[in-house]
Amino acid sequence: MTSTDPSMNPGAPATGSRVAALEARSIVKSFGTVRALRGASFEAYPGEVTALVGDNGAGKSTLIKAMSGVYSPDAGEILVDGNAVRMSNPLDAAGLGIETVYQDLALAPDLDAAANVFLGRELRRLRFLTDQAEMRRQTAASFKMLGVGLVQDLRVPVASFSGGQRQSVAIARAAMWASHVIIMDEPTAALGVIQTGKVLELIDTVRARGLAVVFVSHNLPEVLQVADRIEVMRLGARVARFRRGEADVDRLIASISGAYANEVTA
Amino acid sequence: MTDSTKAALEAELEAEKSSDVTANVEPRPSLLRRLATTPVWITLAFLLVLIVVFSVLAPGKFGTASNLSLLAQNVAILTVVSVGTTFVIATAGIDLSIPSGIILGEVFAAQVLGHIPVAGGGTAIDIAGENTTAFYILAALAASLFAGFLLGAVNGFVVAYMRIPPMLATLGTLGGGLGVGLLLQKGVNVATYALNPVATGHLIPGISNLVLIAVVVVVVGYVGMHMSVFGRHTLAVGSNEEAARRVGLRVRRHLLKVYIIGGVASGFGGFLSLAYFSTTSVGGHTTDNLQAITAVALGGTSLFGGVAVVLGTLIGVWIPAVLQNGFIIVGVNPYWQLIAVGVVLIIAVWIDQLRRRGQNRR
Ligand SMILES: Nc1ncnc2c1ncn2[C@@H]1O[C@H](COP(=O)(O)OP(=O)(O)OP(=O)(O)O)[C@@H](O)[C@H]1O
Ligand SMILES: [Mg+2]
Repeated sequence: MTSTDPSMNPGAPATGSRVAALEARSIVKSFGTVRALRGASFEAYPGEVTALVGDNGAGKSTLIKAMSGVYSPDAGEILVDGNAVRMSNPLDAAGLGIETVYQDLALAPDLDAAANVFLGRELRRLRFLTDQAEMRRQTAASFKMLGVGLVQDLRVPVASFSGGQRQSVAIARAAMWASHVIIMDEPTAALGVIQTGKVLELIDTVRARGLAVVFVSHNLPEVLQVADRIEVMRLGARVARFRRGEADVDRLIASISGAYANEVTA
Repeated sequence: MTDSTKAALEAELEAEKSSDVTANVEPRPSLLRRLATTPVWITLAFLLVLIVVFSVLAPGKFGTASNLSLLAQNVAILTVVSVGTTFVIATAGIDLSIPSGIILGEVFAAQVLGHIPVAGGGTAIDIAGENTTAFYILAALAASLFAGFLLGAVNGFVVAYMRIPPMLATLGTLGGGLGVGLLLQKGVNVATYALNPVATGHLIPGISNLVLIAVVVVVVGYVGMHMSVFGRHTLAVGSNEEAARRVGLRVRRHLLKVYIIGGVASGFGGFLSLAYFSTTSVGGHTTDNLQAITAVALGGTSLFGGVAVVLGTLIGVWIPAVLQNGFIIVGVNPYWQLIAVGVVLIIAVWIDQLRRRGQNRR
């Protein structure tokens, strides 16, 4: 884990000499005739929250999936700590310490919270049996530690949870396993005021640990509150970058809608 | 987990050890609540009611140890097969090719026995039950399991890698497998007594081997589904394939393994069937697939995947068998059994769905 030198200025467009924990360079990704990403670039630095904003369909989720091994890009590069990496599946990303909370959450609804948190990394007894009790214990403890609104009963399937509770499970899972980068695609979209506050607190906690946090949201005041840097996407490419304090709601809206840009797109 | 998280977690756990964390984590729901929310208990209660009713209606006939142990023998093979099917259905799949698996299991075993020469002329297939050897039995067993493995591997490949819907994939291998069986036997069944001790012997006094084997398979199935990592992954794949993929499970390979389990269970069923009935049965077993699916569904395993109850499958095997046997004993036309099972199946699945709809706030 790299620690951050706060005196360094990570902002945009001049990035300075710091190495991004996670970087995308000129990513292209098409689905049939839909060109979701047209040379999209992105950077996230350790110990910082980087917000990714853009209109519906701008390509945010697609870019995130390209950076977490779900999609392999048609062209372009993904770099971790400045080294080009190839991620052909989410396991590769996990191996690099990158965890993602997907917009669609990607939980198994019939399994309980602990089973979801430990899915694919089960604690074992006798090599092939699950250590159910220990997984439940650790899940409960980490939910508590992360300040995630605790779920009533760890035995019931997450299908019976409210949207916010399910969101919490997905976030806790990512926060528990991420060691380098945590990516959250609209983590507060389904949440009420109190839960949202908790997620924003959690983001602070994770940032303080030195992780790079990528945060997608349509809620601009929330973005301005929590983000150290903001990157704006439009039509599958980055159009603007701001450091904390450089942007306000009006300017963000202008960039999202195409009226303002401070970036030359590829 | 990162070291720092782990350390913090450990501290947290330490701090909580004395206090109420375990109470918080595992608030055991009251027995009554669990009874009400688990449909298995409803089907189990139904089965027990049936047994009581038939015992009362036919005193000294239905509820006797000999009748119940005969019943246990009769359902043993279906039990073995249905446990395998439970895994397939848990992935939201289906296996219609069970009759093929059983018949190929019988035929492969018979073919192998027919190719092992015996001192004094002839082959192992013609040997009497009391003269058989462990070698003949193991050779036949290996052949049956291999037949099941092949069928399961084809099913799994077609479903997982060619992405053909399981219903069609296994419908194809159902026909194909039956054809292979008929070709190998040239359409004629063959008798053998070489495997009889497997079915009729008593390794444990008072319990037929067939029943013992079924019990072992249920236990293995229970551990495999409910206590093992493999079972957890099976349920995850059935619950949300994309979620399983996102956490790095190799979904296709897992599906392949699950269909192989289904195939091997059928092949093993064929081995037991050859041992029990002393003859191959090409052209038989035609409804075994539907019986197995009925048993699994009655037992509370969701056909939509993600939820499986191995012990429920055991109950699901018994309900139709008890109805059949009981109707015959009390003098009701046994054709009523078909109707009764149909009604019970639909009601059981309906109750299960109502419960789930109430639970899922999707
Ligand atoms: N799997 C897919 N198949 C086909 N088209 C897709 C797929 N995923 C995304 N797209 C298309 O790519 C474009 C970008 O979608 P994406 O989900 O990345 O947008 P987004 O910025 O995350 O939007 P939102 O804010 O609504 O979540 C859209 O036009 C979308 O329809
Ligand atoms: Mg999106």
